[in-house]
Amino acid sequence: MSEILAQFMLDGHRIAFEPGQTILQAALAAGIYIPHLCAHPEFTPHGSCKLCTVMVNGRNGSACTIKAMPGQDVLSDNPDLNSRRRTLLQMLFAEGNHFCPGCEKSGNCQLQALAYDLEMFDPHFAQFFPAREADGTHPEAFLDFNRCIMCELCVRASRDVDGKNVFAIAGRGRDTHIIVNSPSGKLGDSAFSIHDKAAQVCPVGAILPKEVGFVRPIGERLYDHDTIAEVALREEAGARSGEVT
Amino acid sequence: MNAPFPPRAKKRLKIATATLGGCFGCHMSLLDMDERFLDLAKLVDFDRSPLTDLKHCGPCDIGLIEGAVCNAENVHVLREFRAQCRTLIAVGACAINGGLPAQRNPLDLSDLMRKVYCDRVDDTAQIPDDPELPLMLDKVYPIHEIVRIDYLIPGCPPSADALWKFLTDLIEGRTPRLDYAHFRFD
Repeated sequence: MSEILAQFMLDGHRIAFEPGQTILQAALAAGIYIPHLCAHPEFTPHGSCKLCTVMVNGRNGSACTIKAMPGQDVLSDNPDLNSRRRTLLQMLFAEGNHFCPGCEKSGNCQLQALAYDLEMFDPHFAQFFPAREADGTHPEAFLDFNRCIMCELCVRASRDVDGKNVFAIAGRGRDTHIIVNSPSGKLGDSAFSIHDKAAQVCPVGAILPKEVGFVRPIGERLYDHDTIAEVALREEAGARSGEVT
Repeated sequence: MNAPFPPRAKKRLKIATATLGGCFGCHMSLLDMDERFLDLAKLVDFDRSPLTDLKHCGPCDIGLIEGAVCNAENVHVLREFRAQCRTLIAVGACAINGGLPAQRNPLDLSDLMRKVYCDRVDDTAQIPDDPELPLMLDKVYPIHEIVRIDYLIPGCPPSADALWKFLTDLIEGRTPRLDYAHFRFD
């Protein structure tokens, strides 16, 4: 009996995987980037942003949650899927207040970098301009809900790594929002610290460290010269070589 | 075989530009092309633009709109541009998504006007209501929510290189495209 090889096809390339890996993890390890936003290598996949949607044997699915299996024929980088990803980005931009020229995270923001990578020229949809609050009560970090995309990375980080449960998602539908676990509901009264994992995982400018604004000038920021694909693959390669040594 | 078409004489294109609710930064970026602006002037004529000081727009090939739609006059100018320009381009963050002017959108307009004009030291302060002044809109709108747009050039402002690339692509009949370095939202 011949052994079934741990391989699947991604856009015509044969990708080897380790059993248990998701399609996204296997693709990144093989040096192929699949756009993603709410997925983070250190956290349980969430599958909420749907940016990593791929076609697996003719069906749509999130590459960050589907386990890689032999016999899968996965499509990712094609005009149809990229245009759907662009639409998802446009919806994310339209439902928040993403004013890039006035944001400290600009140039280092994953949402913005994905929009560059997928050539999103405009939000297309009528913008919501929601009235959202900002919270400057914490001495070390600034919380701006205008930019939040509900990826729940801070929720996961605070719960799973920091063990503090500072953040949670409340509300439903377009009223969904992040709440802070403190008597006043303000970040300043919570157990949050700038050294928490939760302070470092925000892919957009919703959680920003104070007193270091615009520390990297234009031209030297993370996504000024390299696309999000190049940066993500470089980080992945760095993490892997770190594992070996 | 068919004989090739005889080459057509190159038509000089007409460009019009306008600023709605914006800071003129995108126009400054246009001037930032430096000597390439002279090359551009060899290819095109300028219709209504802050550069020519014409007040109305005639039939044009390319219209560049900077800024967001904040008041009734902005709507008039924008509709005139759409009626007169074969290709209308939204230039810069304000035109594309409302940008800085749209930061007032989550706030109530009358509260805002009272705060700016009435909550001051002198008692005579009032919200200006001269009939010459265009009326403010309830919200600030990106221009694609008012008229149809053909192209967009993102950036705050778009760099001179991005504008040059986009315009020369258009003028020479290519589909305009920006490379990664010039595709910016800030």
